[in-house]
Amino acid sequence: MATDDTNVIDQPEVMKPRMVTIEIAGKKVDVPEGITVVKAMWYAGMDVVRGVGCLGGFCGACATYYRTKDDPKVRTCLACQMAVQDGMSFTMMPPFPARKASYEIQKLQDPKQDLFNLYPEAPLCRNCNACTEACPQKIDVREGVWKAVFGDFKSVSEMFMDCVMCGMCTPVCIADIAPNLVALYVSRAQGAHFAEKPVGLNARIKEIQDGRFNDDWNKVLKMNEKELADYCATVK
Amino acid sequence: MDIHALQQVVHQTRDARRKQTIPKFSSADRDQLIHKYHPDFRASAYRPIRFGPNEGDRTVVELATLLEGESPIQNHAELTPHHTTDVLVIGGGGAGCAAVLHAHGAGAKTILATKLRLGDSNSVMAQGGMQISVAPEDSPVTHFIDTLKGGHMENDHALLKTMVEDGPSIAKWLLELGVLFDRQADGNLHVKKGGGSSKPRLLTCSDYTGLEIMRVLKDEVINQKIQLLEFAAAIELLSDEAGNCAGAIFKDLDNQRHVVVAAKCVILATGGIGRLHIQGFPTSNHYGATGDGLCLSYRMGAKLAHIDTFQYHPSGAVYPEQLIGALVTEGIRSEGGHLVNAKGERFVNELDTRDVVSSSIIRECEAGRGIRTMSGRVGVWLDTPLLDAEHGPGTVEKHFPAMMLQFERFGIDISKDPVLIYPTLHYQNGGVKIDTNSETNVKNLFVAGEASGGLHGRNRLMGNSLLDLMVFGKRSGLTAAGRAGAMKQGKLTLQHLDRFRAEAKKHGNVSGVISPMILPAYTRKVG
Repeated sequence: MATDDTNVIDQPEVMKPRMVTIEIAGKKVDVPEGITVVKAMWYAGMDVVRGVGCLGGFCGACATYYRTKDDPKVRTCLACQMAVQDGMSFTMMPPFPARKASYEIQKLQDPKQDLFNLYPEAPLCRNCNACTEACPQKIDVREGVWKAVFGDFKSVSEMFMDCVMCGMCTPVCIADIAPNLVALYVSRAQGAHFAEKPVGLNARIKEIQDGRFNDDWNKVLKMNEKELADYCATVK
Repeated sequence: MDIHALQQVVHQTRDARRKQTIPKFSSADRDQLIHKYHPDFRASAYRPIRFGPNEGDRTVVELATLLEGESPIQNHAELTPHHTTDVLVIGGGGAGCAAVLHAHGAGAKTILATKLRLGDSNSVMAQGGMQISVAPEDSPVTHFIDTLKGGHMENDHALLKTMVEDGPSIAKWLLELGVLFDRQADGNLHVKKGGGSSKPRLLTCSDYTGLEIMRVLKDEVINQKIQLLEFAAAIELLSDEAGNCAGAIFKDLDNQRHVVVAAKCVILATGGIGRLHIQGFPTSNHYGATGDGLCLSYRMGAKLAHIDTFQYHPSGAVYPEQLIGALVTEGIRSEGGHLVNAKGERFVNELDTRDVVSSSIIRECEAGRGIRTMSGRVGVWLDTPLLDAEHGPGTVEKHFPAMMLQFERFGIDISKDPVLIYPTLHYQNGGVKIDTNSETNVKNLFVAGEASGGLHGRNRLMGNSLLDLMVFGKRSGLTAAGRAGAMKQGKLTLQHLDRFRAEAKKHGNVSGVISPMILPAYTRKVG
């Protein structure tokens, strides 16, 4: 590889990693500054099975509580998406026993009313806003719960598109609401009951059933290798 | 140099680049480029497999070693089943969920076992979308042709025709379950154009398509009260006296005990191999992507297809360090984002197929036109701010919220500054050979999703994976459920292992490693 020193990004932290002292579930360890929380656990010699999933910030497996040096505030993060810093203290959140309602989404008669049967605690929000503060995806969770209660399912489904189901909004709720599960129900109900039926899709399914593409298929599938390659080259 | 200083060239050349059109490579140029720069053609990384159904076929050393690996199960292992079921699904990603829901819906008794949690998978990370020919100007035949071109004409025609024709009914199923695909103003499904496709065909849920589908499918699996075995890693399959598949042995990762499951049919939906870090590449894959299903089916006698070819997604993050290997969605190039070298030049049509784009990035970097990091990596710029310049301020934030948030966590605003990227190990193009019902050459053993092979040829087209998962998950589930109703549970034996071990012995024994790998060894050995 050519070595042209002009095109190198300055990364002093990489050239000389500074070791910092952090606390993992109460145990003090020294790790290189700036690595992710989950990598810090591996660096400290811990085997991690529960608490790691996609490693890309999408699956919500690595929900973690952390506190930075001298700050009393306990915050939340996804362990694969957070860099460690000196004096940081963290512990992973174990699976929380939230109650998930069971439903047959297609058979619901009145999804907006059914919300109150499935999740009767949903309207009991006391506006403490702890759920919103706990969300690592920066969703306005409290607002979403109220919108669900007031039947604005469309807004909820849009607000919670970023939700990775880490569940960190749940243990903090003083009204025992599981906002992520409420939002999941509401989003599915929005999609299954209130979204428009796409006319074009149904037309395409019928076309396939009626054999509208059979002639094209016969033409393409009968071609020899050369003919097929030539034909492919014409499709741009 | 300071990263912002290095990024200046991208800002300075933006307007001039917007006027440029970069033609796609001719077929000959494209082949030449790939042969010279694509990691699939790095001969030293490959070796022939010494024995088994694919004896003599070449694959990467990392995979060959695992395929020839020793089973953790001894010949005399206790095989009294802890659970008995009609259909056993192994894997909790998109294909596994689709399979178990359809098998359950068809009336079969089902178990879904997964080595991490339900839903922990690559599926959940799929951002680009799902290819289904729903637009009036598009057709399943065009989808077939585009995929064939992308796969270098080596795709299994029957599998491919099945996938493109089943596509629209899969979209309908997902919509009925409540998946929120993006819509046009008239209520029809919004379609985007993906790399290597001649027509706009990508259904999306902003840049969270996989996450949205998986949230819904997981919820449905729980609502249907399907029996789950989580943190249960499959470590061996079971065969009956006729050599057909009859169940599996799991290791409970919480207590290391073995769990035996007797099943009339087994569906492996165990995903890909990114965490083997083939050729030292970083990966976009999830923690458990260690190719377990390939090893298990191989010992059982199932033939593999196209296992010498892997997909290196063009845009894996190189900077910051914490995001190395993480994907920067192809959607950014779909919306017009340029790839730019250190001199401020474009060097490839950004919407060419993934193998072509990756090869050209590697070419730029090997020619010294890359940007290097102090941890020894190299990459080129992906001009993300261009999207705001082109389509109006706020475009990046509105269309790519997941990307914005991921970089924002490390103090980077991708709507203002370009992103440094390099190919990352993304997908196993081949896998266990299947028929159109997703069954392997071993009776009652089905494989669905990334673990299967043949459909994608030598290069999977963007957006075809999510569809593959749903189509063949569904087909395997329905076929297995239909068959299980009319058959008896076979006796549980390990005779396939006796055969495998005998064959290994003839060829100088197994490779010395125990397979499957289950999880990558990232824990630092301390002291």
